[in-house]
Amino acid sequence: MATHHYNLSEQFEFTGKAKILSIVGIVIGVLAIAYGFLTDAHERTFANLLLMAYYFACVCMSGAFFLAVQYVAQAGWSASILRVPQAMAKTLPIAVIILLAVIGLGLYTHNLYHHWHAEGLTDPNSPNYDKLIDGKSAFLNVPFFMSRQVIFLAIYSFFAVKLSQWSAQEDLVGGLNYYRKSFKNACIFLVIYGFTTPIFAFDTIMSLEAHWFSTMFGWYNFAAMWVSSLATIAIIIILLRKAGYMSWVNNSHLHNLGQFIFGFSIFWTYVWFAQFLLIYYANMSEETVYFYKRFNNYEAWFYINLILNFLAPVLLLMDRDSKRSENILLTVSIVVLCGHWVDYYQMIMPGVFEFGTKSGSGFGILEIGTALGFVGLFTFTVLSSLSKKPLIAKNHPFLQESLNHHL
Amino acid sequence: MSNIKYILGSFGDPDEMMHGIEKLQENNIKIHDVYTPMPIHGIEAKLGVKRSRLDIAAFFFGITGTMTMLTGVYLATVVDWPINIGGKTHFALPDFIPITFELTILFCAFGLVGSYYASTHLFPGRAPRVMDLRATNDRFIIAVDAKENTEHTKIDELLKGAGALEVKYNERKYISYE
Repeated sequence: MATHHYNLSEQFEFTGKAKILSIVGIVIGVLAIAYGFLTDAHERTFANLLLMAYYFACVCMSGAFFLAVQYVAQAGWSASILRVPQAMAKTLPIAVIILLAVIGLGLYTHNLYHHWHAEGLTDPNSPNYDKLIDGKSAFLNVPFFMSRQVIFLAIYSFFAVKLSQWSAQEDLVGGLNYYRKSFKNACIFLVIYGFTTPIFAFDTIMSLEAHWFSTMFGWYNFAAMWVSSLATIAIIIILLRKAGYMSWVNNSHLHNLGQFIFGFSIFWTYVWFAQFLLIYYANMSEETVYFYKRFNNYEAWFYINLILNFLAPVLLLMDRDSKRSENILLTVSIVVLCGHWVDYYQMIMPGVFEFGTKSGSGFGILEIGTALGFVGLFTFTVLSSLSKKPLIAKNHPFLQESLNHHL
Repeated sequence: MSNIKYILGSFGDPDEMMHGIEKLQENNIKIHDVYTPMPIHGIEAKLGVKRSRLDIAAFFFGITGTMTMLTGVYLATVVDWPINIGGKTHFALPDFIPITFELTILFCAFGLVGSYYASTHLFPGRAPRVMDLRATNDRFIIAVDAKENTEHTKIDELLKGAGALEVKYNERKYISYE
């Protein structure tokens, strides 16, 4: 075996262009949101905020999920790249606070979730009485809804932060204690995560249209958040490599990430299609309404969604050599990230406002600005937390296996 | 002219075998093939083995399955026996995606098993062709074509120098034909 000489205390410096661009992004985001509120497009602004806050939180929590999966599988290949998902996991508490603020304010101002949170919906004597919502009100009521959100997100944040802290301690102390601890807690986290993310997705996104439901929705969202998180990890690693960091990451590591993105893009399509097919086949009007809205009012988006999230990764990443190529993997990862924005856009927008009303359901400054703002915020927070620790977990027990990774 | 067809260097250690490959290659002796009881990292690159074309075969087997199913469904639901199901068009594509997918996988899997049997001459009921039986157990074998490379003593020395436990001279290519 060839011996490698890598600088195991290499540290990322967050300065220069990356820092300026991320701050510019945040400023654009703040301006766009201010513009949205000043032009009285409250619902649309809230819908955009919910979209991006949900996206932000999902990418970060799937970073923690990635860590947990690597520990539970006792994976060796990823030992040298774990600092990137750790930085994402450490950012989760910030994302959670933003998401909870958006959900709380949206409920309070009646801009979000007004399908099940409005005056008199559960009062049989009120003209607004809605029998279906009343039937669901044992689950869909504000105190229970908010406590579910807080509890789930607090648990995810706890494990995310702990998994990354233990790895930092491992750097100082060495030995197997922290690895065993991470393994045990990763098992617990995965069980909790697996059972609660569908409910989290039902609550945050599906309840925007409270009359409709789909049992596939939880896994559909899980697939979306997992693949977008993998794409984010790939982008960060490739950009760090292009900036001269992480010289130990070789084509085989990229190959593994590429396989993950390829595989889970297909998994996303499978779940997306399964949800569609069940409704299409059953052809019940109360179920088809979901696709009726999306297909008639957002027809172009409907197909763009499939092209970006299914056709692009499948065709571009099918070949072995393209999974190993930095530039192709980077391109596909960016396409997939844009694709899942489109995916979330379609889940959220038709549920928040009626098509063709004043606040409209367009695509413009507000959508682009909010997205850029959150991209800037994500870059700023994740890169700041990445710069606090060395870029490699030098006492990880599988580090040698990862440095010699060869496919 | 001797009847020796193949010279086999039998190694007990994969690193020594890799060393043996290097030695032979330095002396421009062409290696016929290498047989090992377990996969060895980097050996394909060292021997210059060409990339497998199995993936291309897989694609064509798969596409055959897709076309077979779509044609079959079209013949059944449109040409032969059109029925109105839930007011949908006769050829309601989304309904048939799952089964098309299944048949793609089935054709692909059967095609690949068939290709594998054909390329390795492994068929049910036929004795496998093996140059040295211990290559399936605990030995790492380098096979050199004795007709092409005539310096037999030099090959013997090189193999033994690299750590070969035993050098065999086979008059038949495969020992387990019978």
